[in-house]
Amino acid sequence: MTGLASWAITTFARLLTAVQPEWAGIDPTARRRRIYFANHVSHGDFVLIWSVLPPRARRRTRPVAGADYWRKGGLREFIGTDVFNSLLIERNREGAEDDPIAQMAAALDAGDSLIIFPEGTRNLTDAELLEFRSGIYRLALARPEVDLVPVWIENLNRVLPKGAVIPVPLMCKVIFGAPLRTSYGEGKDAFLSRARDALLALNPKQEG
Amino acid sequence: MQNVHSDLIAVIAGIGLVLAVASVVGFILQRRLSPDGGNATIENLNDRIRAWWVMAIVMSLALLGGRTGVIILFAICSFAALREFMTLTNASRADHRTLAAVFFIVLPAQYYLIWISWYGLYSIFIPVWVFLLLPIVSALSGETRNFLVRIAEIQWALMICVFCVSHVPALMNLRIPGFEGRMVLMIAWLVIVVQLSDVLQYVWGKLAGRHKIAPKLSPSKTVEGFVGGCLSATLIGMALSFMTPFNPWQAGLMGLVVTILGFLGGLVMSAIKRDRGVKDWGHTIAGHGGFIDRLDSVVFAAPIYFHLTRYFWNVG
Repeated sequence: MTGLASWAITTFARLLTAVQPEWAGIDPTARRRRIYFANHVSHGDFVLIWSVLPPRARRRTRPVAGADYWRKGGLREFIGTDVFNSLLIERNREGAEDDPIAQMAAALDAGDSLIIFPEGTRNLTDAELLEFRSGIYRLALARPEVDLVPVWIENLNRVLPKGAVIPVPLMCKVIFGAPLRTSYGEGKDAFLSRARDALLALNPKQEG
Repeated sequence: MQNVHSDLIAVIAGIGLVLAVASVVGFILQRRLSPDGGNATIENLNDRIRAWWVMAIVMSLALLGGRTGVIILFAICSFAALREFMTLTNASRADHRTLAAVFFIVLPAQYYLIWISWYGLYSIFIPVWVFLLLPIVSALSGETRNFLVRIAEIQWALMICVFCVSHVPALMNLRIPGFEGRMVLMIAWLVIVVQLSDVLQYVWGKLAGRHKIAPKLSPSKTVEGFVGGCLSATLIGMALSFMTPFNPWQAGLMGLVVTILGFLGGLVMSAIKRDRGVKDWGHTIAGHGGFIDRLDSVVFAAPIYFHLTRYFWNVG
């Protein structure tokens, strides 16, 4: 059932977007844990990343998502937890049972890769990319031996803009950049801006 | 009147033979010039030949499926082409409803009208009805920035990707005395002549190309390729005139018209790509690019081929 559902979802994503991966910095077939960090424009973001990963890597790659959205029950919860095996974290820290960083580190220790959205929320503004929250830095410090791979998702915001219910078919690209890690003694702000620049550099629509 | 099915099978077998020869030539060239996969031209040539096999098989199945097969195939082509075209336009968030209407209402409606053979509506549906009604949807969004550019681009995309492409299956609706039931062959003739012209232009250009025809638009197109490609494809079209209601010299004239239009259509579509800073429309057909890269010449040839045939051969 989950296999069928994941096939249906990725096939639908392909029909709609003809999504094409661009491996600009990593070898997709290498079997290793990674933290993919991407720009966040739509609920379909991790579906696209997931669709272009090789099937073997896909089964071991878990999107990190907000529990408030994905634990609402019904189809949404089935897709979020059963099909995509998401790592759900409490975005609202009050009453959070677990430290999200510890949750993510535990998943990495279990051999899984993660997909995270360091902006913390969907970017519904006209800005290319929001400022990063500090979570990615703390995760990088917690597991300094894991590669952080920037992933730019191109065009998906036009497929399903804010407030729209029906997606329209447009070609999308998912661009994987060169991996980065924290360097010794690097401060939070320096790392966050380095990671953000690495992601922005992948955007093909840059001016200038 | 011969059996349309046996003629169609013969045509398909002929295409298979040509592709088999191409595959063998491609294999020998690869062995000789690019044993380690290092020669980009040869590798691209072989990618193209492999994609041709897939396209020829899909097209053959559609033709064997008759009216239904052809309509479904070209509706899918329209969908893929429109998806590529819209990706490169300025359509913004405010046009979301318009785009949804274009993909999920206008496109199916156009092919439905062809299916029920309502010439009076499918020939004006997009140029008149949609032309007037669709900008209203965009206007109601209240976003005025780039308004004229946005609505013009959407209309252009629809004309190219849906209206023009749909004139290939629309050929099934023509009634030509003594040619009943053979319209799939006329479609096959158009596609074969136009696509062969593209291939032969490429071959003539590679072998004898000297003078660039439009270096700014398309650096690989040459006068020698254009003339050699169009003339040789026209000769093949004359030889295949049994697939059409035309006698050989009529087939020759028609061949010239569609190959020249196909060439010029390719130039127009290249100009759009240059403006938008892309090399190909898409990536879905290995070695060729996108659907529009393969369809551009058919797009420009099909409506003219349809109407010339309709003026002079159609009854009722």
